[in-house]
Amino acid sequence: MTKLFFTLLLVTILQGCASQPHHETLPIIPPKHSLSEIPTSEELTIIDVYDPLEPANRVIYFFNYQFDKYIFLPAVNAYEFITPDLIERGISNFFSNIRETINFTNTLLQLKFSRALKTAARFIVNSTIGIAGIWDPATHLELYQHREDFGQTLGHYGLGPGPYLVIPVLGPSNLRDAIGLAADSLLLNAILSNIDHYDELRFWLPFYFVEGIDQRHRTNFRYYETGSPFEYDLIRFLYLKVREANIAK
Amino acid sequence: MRIFIITILIFLSAPRAILYADTETYGYPINNPYEATVIGTPGQLQASLPNKISITPLELTVFKNRKIPEILWYTESLKYSLASQEQKAPLIFTISGTGSSVSAPGMRILQKALYQAGFHVLSLPSPTHPNFVTSASTYSVPGHIVEDSADLYRVMQLAWQQIRNDIEITDFYLTGYSLGGAQAAFVAKIDDKKHIFNFKRVLMINPPVSLYNSASILDKLLAKNIPGGMGHLDDFIKKVLNRLTEIYRTGEQVEFNDAFFYKAYQRYEPSKETLKAIIGLAFRWSAANMIFVSDVITNSGYVKPKNLKLSLTDSLTDYFKVSLRIGFLNYFDEYLFPFFETRHPSLTRNQLIHSLSLKSIEEYLRENKKIGLITNADDPILAPGELEFLQDVFQSRAKIYPRGGHLGNMGYQDNVDYIVNFFLN
Repeated sequence: MTKLFFTLLLVTILQGCASQPHHETLPIIPPKHSLSEIPTSEELTIIDVYDPLEPANRVIYFFNYQFDKYIFLPAVNAYEFITPDLIERGISNFFSNIRETINFTNTLLQLKFSRALKTAARFIVNSTIGIAGIWDPATHLELYQHREDFGQTLGHYGLGPGPYLVIPVLGPSNLRDAIGLAADSLLLNAILSNIDHYDELRFWLPFYFVEGIDQRHRTNFRYYETGSPFEYDLIRFLYLKVREANIAK
Repeated sequence: MRIFIITILIFLSAPRAILYADTETYGYPINNPYEATVIGTPGQLQASLPNKISITPLELTVFKNRKIPEILWYTESLKYSLASQEQKAPLIFTISGTGSSVSAPGMRILQKALYQAGFHVLSLPSPTHPNFVTSASTYSVPGHIVEDSADLYRVMQLAWQQIRNDIEITDFYLTGYSLGGAQAAFVAKIDDKKHIFNFKRVLMINPPVSLYNSASILDKLLAKNIPGGMGHLDDFIKKVLNRLTEIYRTGEQVEFNDAFFYKAYQRYEPSKETLKAIIGLAFRWSAANMIFVSDVITNSGYVKPKNLKLSLTDSLTDYFKVSLRIGFLNYFDEYLFPFFETRHPSLTRNQLIHSLSLKSIEEYLRENKKIGLITNADDPILAPGELEFLQDVFQSRAKIYPRGGHLGNMGYQDNVDYIVNFFLN
């Protein structure tokens, strides 16, 4: 149902773009300043990111803004309005604790054993003393969270990012990280399916619903808040660099 | 100024516990004006302000029939904000700095401090912010302070009309920082003719004296401090990012948060040149945004081919690269001056430079006792002699701190107290 809804929305947007009239009558005159005046070596190639699907990505970026504005952020605002800060933090901790299973698996896959041990200790402390992860006593014991995902694992073993992708609703990614995301979701799903009744709609639907709201609640990014016409380029560049740093660590 | 690059996030994460000698009575600790500009006020020295206040985002259609180009669809209406009191209270307009929106760090300080002091705070973006350029600027050629201030004045009236039934007010006040500080003076001058608001007091915070001089200083900060010159901007960004990545990789810190950037700043120990280049780059980013947006709207053929209509799906990367290479002075000479020269054929370059300076309204500033000034003796955007000019013009109405760089001490307790008391007394 939701899938259908997004597809329809996306199709509507794409049609809206396609139907723009493009018949130019005035001659196109080269600008005063263009790349041709800059030597290739000085072109600021650092902001070039492999993005063969850029037109589609830009449309999805636009879609994400609309989705954020009319659906996601109002929901998050309502959530923040009705939920006391303390409970919000508890909910964030709870989901963050479940995520440790993904962190742990990927840390192991990268053969980072001492870090895997810390992650396991963190998970055990928070799941027990922290009551199912609602509190985070592990951080006070200097067992910091270290996020690892399958995209990082693939990167760790030398797989490049591949083409840049903007994923509907979720935002900036690339082929490697999108595959990683799918793998991590399957893993999490496999772990959670051990819980009784997990496969029932009334269980997993609210679970992922609240998780989604919590994720957005924790993400400060707002589309077009920079006001810059180059925001797409900037985010694409920063995403690549931040992921490189994550993988290097 | 819109702060954007990862490195520049260092600015936002106010560091804690940097120890500096505090030899004078003024306790703001950072002696190097570039460092002050970059890192601001260390955490424990920041004014005690509420963590969060309720700010209502608002939108305004300024020109009913304006058609916004497709790629700028998201800037159709002007975004401003209001933090309102329950009871009857004075209303203060705050104007943001170069290229900045109403949520810039400096605006946050003003909003919280003045709201806490009992004001309705109505915040406006800078006329150099892309959103203002597209939706609220008459010519969409920003940088002409007289025109920009007239545009601001129009927006202030429309905003006031939009909210006047929702709040009760006593008097009007006005302030702005950086470029917004200079604009506040020009706006006050318009209002003294039109008498719509009759501002009781107006405070200019770290304003430039001459826009041309400050623009030239900012251009040089970048051009002269990139090792090898602007052609090596790539290498400079690469170097800074690599250094940050290395600090991240080898450090205890596991997330890109305030604590990380503070530690990174301490471990990085950037040189004076690097700090200058980062400040220059932050301003250049603002310039690039402003220039491209203005060019798209006016179809001047400056960086975008004339008559080419860009669509939502078009890549803008090449325009980004080109725009980043254009300084404020290029913009002035090749774009701003020719534009206004066409409209007023007798206008000379020097006349324009003069009219974009506080010196053009010197008499007004000298005689108008309701206007005050707060700035720093080491503010890097001031050219030689300009501090003396400000002192001479404002006399006892000038509060000049010995250090703080450009806005670095704006969140410092003494400064916040001074700003608030200026309006309360």
